[in-house]
Amino acid sequence: MTGRGGWIGLLYLTPALLFVGAFVLYPLGQLVYLSLTSSSLLGGSEFIGLRNYIRAFTDQTFWHSLQFTIKYTVYITPILMGLGYLLALLTAGTGAIARFTRAVVFLPVVIGLGSSSLLWFWLFDQQVGLFNKLLQDLHIVSQPVVWFVDADVGLWAVIISVVWKVVGFGMILFVAAIQSVSPEINEAALIDGAGYWQRVRKVTLPLTYRTILLTTLISAIGSMLAFDQFYIMTSGGPKSETFTSVYWMYQNSFIYFKLGYGATLSIILMAIVFIAAAVQIALTRRGAVR
Amino acid sequence: MSRAPAHSPPAAAERSLAVAGLRTRSVADQGLLRVASGPARGRTRYLVGALSLAVVTLMLFPIVVSFLSSIKTPAEAAASPPGYLPSVLSIDNYLKVYQYQAGLPTYLFNSLAVAFFTIIFCLVLAVPAGYGLACFRIRAKEALFLVLLSGLMVPYQALLTPLYLMFTGLHLANTHIGLAVVHTILQLPFSVYLMRNSFEAVPRELEEAAVVDGCNSLQALWKIFLPAVRPAMVTVILFAFITSWNEFIGALIFMNKETQFTIPIMLVGVRQGHFGAIDWGALQAGVMIAIFPCLLIYLLLQKYYVSGFLSGALK
Repeated sequence: MTGRGGWIGLLYLTPALLFVGAFVLYPLGQLVYLSLTSSSLLGGSEFIGLRNYIRAFTDQTFWHSLQFTIKYTVYITPILMGLGYLLALLTAGTGAIARFTRAVVFLPVVIGLGSSSLLWFWLFDQQVGLFNKLLQDLHIVSQPVVWFVDADVGLWAVIISVVWKVVGFGMILFVAAIQSVSPEINEAALIDGAGYWQRVRKVTLPLTYRTILLTTLISAIGSMLAFDQFYIMTSGGPKSETFTSVYWMYQNSFIYFKLGYGATLSIILMAIVFIAAAVQIALTRRGAVR
Repeated sequence: MSRAPAHSPPAAAERSLAVAGLRTRSVADQGLLRVASGPARGRTRYLVGALSLAVVTLMLFPIVVSFLSSIKTPAEAAASPPGYLPSVLSIDNYLKVYQYQAGLPTYLFNSLAVAFFTIIFCLVLAVPAGYGLACFRIRAKEALFLVLLSGLMVPYQALLTPLYLMFTGLHLANTHIGLAVVHTILQLPFSVYLMRNSFEAVPRELEEAAVVDGCNSLQALWKIFLPAVRPAMVTVILFAFITSWNEFIGALIFMNKETQFTIPIMLVGVRQGHFGAIDWGALQAGVMIAIFPCLLIYLLLQKYYVSGFLSGALK
């Protein structure tokens, strides 16, 4: 059937192409136009050229939100990847304990980020939160920690909760990569008398390098788009210090009703993410050729 | 591959085999197993076991204590300092969530309706698209494929502002269909990708049989291909459901009428409680209700979920 007429095949693609055209590409054009206007959700729209972009350039909160988002990404990505890889090494075996541990670590990945953020918001509470109680019972802290009055402490609270929620994501991808390392190579290293960590460093890590790279990119893009966890746990506070890029965009478009400016912020964010995604796809295609 | 036997011979036997030069397949697998799960010898084996136990405990802790709090009495759930275990069992927190504002059934219905339409849209769009991409010669096929994947490069968060304007004009704001469209934007690239791969994996002989039988392409799709790609369709459905059920920022923006909230947005409302005081017990009951379907699906359909996850994320 591969030889059949192209137009029939195109017919099968049409619904999806129309959908993408109407709900991705058209809004994308609309977004560019909006970013050049002073559109407001309250009505009224004027073409103002690049004034929104100039305004973003001088918007302290925008710069701070971008900086904060990068800081969040730079902190959480190595933790997620490092812990994910260690957990993958721990659970890549085929024994019952390894499989069970793997299943449990992956479990929070399927629940909603909104739900998990609300769950941790409660765990972190200084009065009723059991995470604080656990820390006290383990004698790690003597007083309940007040997590959400300080931006830095709040950031770490969010990081802890998100690591719990998504560490299984990296782990499961790493497990698949580690398991596909040819047994013969490991065997050869084993016979050469290489120790466990030596084999990890010289055999497993290099052979799973591409997966590590791609997973890091996917994870970093995800972190750059963080919203739910901050909306729920810190509400951008204290003093607008924990607004992320998406959050500040949301705030401008849907709380201040400044759609034009919100669109401008979206475009800037998109440009940043686009570069990362392009790298990801380039890497994927190179891998497919191999 | 990692087909190491579950009951592997003891290390000593393996060593003697290796020494004797009898490197069988199982020995090679044993070597992999060791790399995979650490040197499974003596003390390290206990260390691996202890580590695994610690990891499992830490990962389960939040869900278990949240569940235990949800079955406390509302007063005990709000007590400070808190206790791990409920002293009396109570379903009051669940009743409170049940009666919250428009009532839990309304919110469950909203979430399920949106998820239902998301699933339908994903299937109706991705199955034919996958078929077209895999089984036909189309000019500029790869370019069209990239267009369909463009949702991967454009974060949907950035599209929310123009989409909101568009949907307000089309009277799609605050409707199940409208939010389902947003969720489909999010889920379509993965679905198309998965369906294309799955159609491509259908054996050529089946295709030829269809041609010999004189099937047209639609009949071939219906009779030959759909049964063969059913597992991929299950995966598409599964992911569409979980994405839609959990999605937050879109629902927050597009469902701003209280009767239209989905479960995650309802939860934020439950937290607010009355007069600004947080209702901790009801919040935990709500969280349990929100995560229950996801956990159930994961436990029942783990194989589909994990395999879909692996094929979608990297390859």
